[in-house]
Amino acid sequence: MSRTIAVGDQLPTWELPLTPTTVVSTAIATRDFQDVHHDRDIAQAAGSKDIFVNILTSNALVEKYVTDWAGHGANLRGIAIRLGAPAYPYDTLSFTGTVAAVDDGVATIEVTGAVSLGAHVTGTVRIEVPA
Amino acid sequence: MSHPTSATAEPLVDPAVHEQVMAEAERIKALGEASERLARDPVNQPTISNWLEAMGNDNPRFRQGEAPPSMVQVWTMYGLGGKAPADDPLHAMMNVLTDTGFTAVLGTNCEQSYERYLRVGEQLRVTTALDSVVGPKKTAMGVGYFVTSRSTWYVDHEDGSAEQVASMLFRVLKFVPTRAVQPPVDPPEASVADAADGPDASRFVLRPMKNRDTEFFWEGTAAGELRVQRCNACGVLRHPPGPACPSCGALDRGHVAASGRGTVFSYVVHRHPPVPGRELPILLVLVDLDEGVRMVGELVDTEPTEVEIGMPVQVDFRRVDDDLTLPVWRRTGPAEGSRA
Repeated sequence: MSRTIAVGDQLPTWELPLTPTTVVSTAIATRDFQDVHHDRDIAQAAGSKDIFVNILTSNALVEKYVTDWAGHGANLRGIAIRLGAPAYPYDTLSFTGTVAAVDDGVATIEVTGAVSLGAHVTGTVRIEVPA
Repeated sequence: MSHPTSATAEPLVDPAVHEQVMAEAERIKALGEASERLARDPVNQPTISNWLEAMGNDNPRFRQGEAPPSMVQVWTMYGLGGKAPADDPLHAMMNVLTDTGFTAVLGTNCEQSYERYLRVGEQLRVTTALDSVVGPKKTAMGVGYFVTSRSTWYVDHEDGSAEQVASMLFRVLKFVPTRAVQPPVDPPEASVADAADGPDASRFVLRPMKNRDTEFFWEGTAAGELRVQRCNACGVLRHPPGPACPSCGALDRGHVAASGRGTVFSYVVHRHPPVPGRELPILLVLVDLDEGVRMVGELVDTEPTEVEIGMPVQVDFRRVDDDLTLPVWRRTGPAEGSRA
């Protein structure tokens, strides 16, 4: 269920094309009904280019990216992200990652999720490494 | 308008305002873990399945009784139409900053820790505490305070014990947006130049809608001319602009350049609610132009106590950027018939 993890391991890039459906379905699935995540008129009136991906979804996508690679049996211990450029429909969210440390059975993986405007999220994910 | 600038000698924030902000921060921090709430529903498979579909996550563990760890916040979201209660520490601190002029907000950091995976059927409880308020800081977005809150999720057991299952530090920048579209000169102190959960600073000016009916007006202000629409059929002036003459119904329309002189027909002093990027109060006047139409605009360089109905005013132009020049009004003398 889980792979062997070593410092320096590179995660394969994951590219997620974003559509209005992506943004809206994930916002609603995370029970986030803020209008800027589903109503383009309101998002634009607030000065945004379009609706944009919500933070709960950024976390969820980081979880998927790391555990799809590490193995579904790997237990996630934490996600710490810094929030950057907004992720708009018709952009592509590209995840890259590197294993930065493995200590006491916990691997720290540095992850970046980038869009055309720059880094959407940068941060670290901690997962338990099977003994 | 005075706004925090890069002048080094000036404090970023009025010391009295800073003192008030920090005093409120201490008071709210002292509340500790507050705003305790139960999740609307226990951890449940339908909500998990919807989340899995939306995220494209096919981890089989989450079809067999476990819940995705990064879903923890989902269970205690307020839901459609839900609002933070008045005793919520983060909400209270936001209100303090909004009321002192830091009207804009931007999520900057989110750190979640999971003690264990939740299981279907478990009932979550969450508390929120104010962790820290740091500032004032000058960032590319504007001057503001970093507000960090801590949410803690618990599962309560039958023996009366409360088990912490997850926690989250969430940091926002609460700030006075930098006005107009100047590219940031200084690097941001906390990498919020391109933030995720809000519009960027260059768009904070409230922009008028420009279309075929109104573009002549904005082309005029950019050229230093106050233009009024005129019916080419009957010659009647009208404002605001529109496609048809209200007098004769003709669609053929042109414009004239107004003198820019008029008198205050009516006014309001806007003190609340806060306006992004602006210091309040703002004086808004309805001006009777000498040409016979009325126009709304801001009266500048005048105190709220000085404005009077009948006061003569003259138009001036405030260039915001290449795309927008706003007409504003200045007093040219006391009100006609004024007793002063």
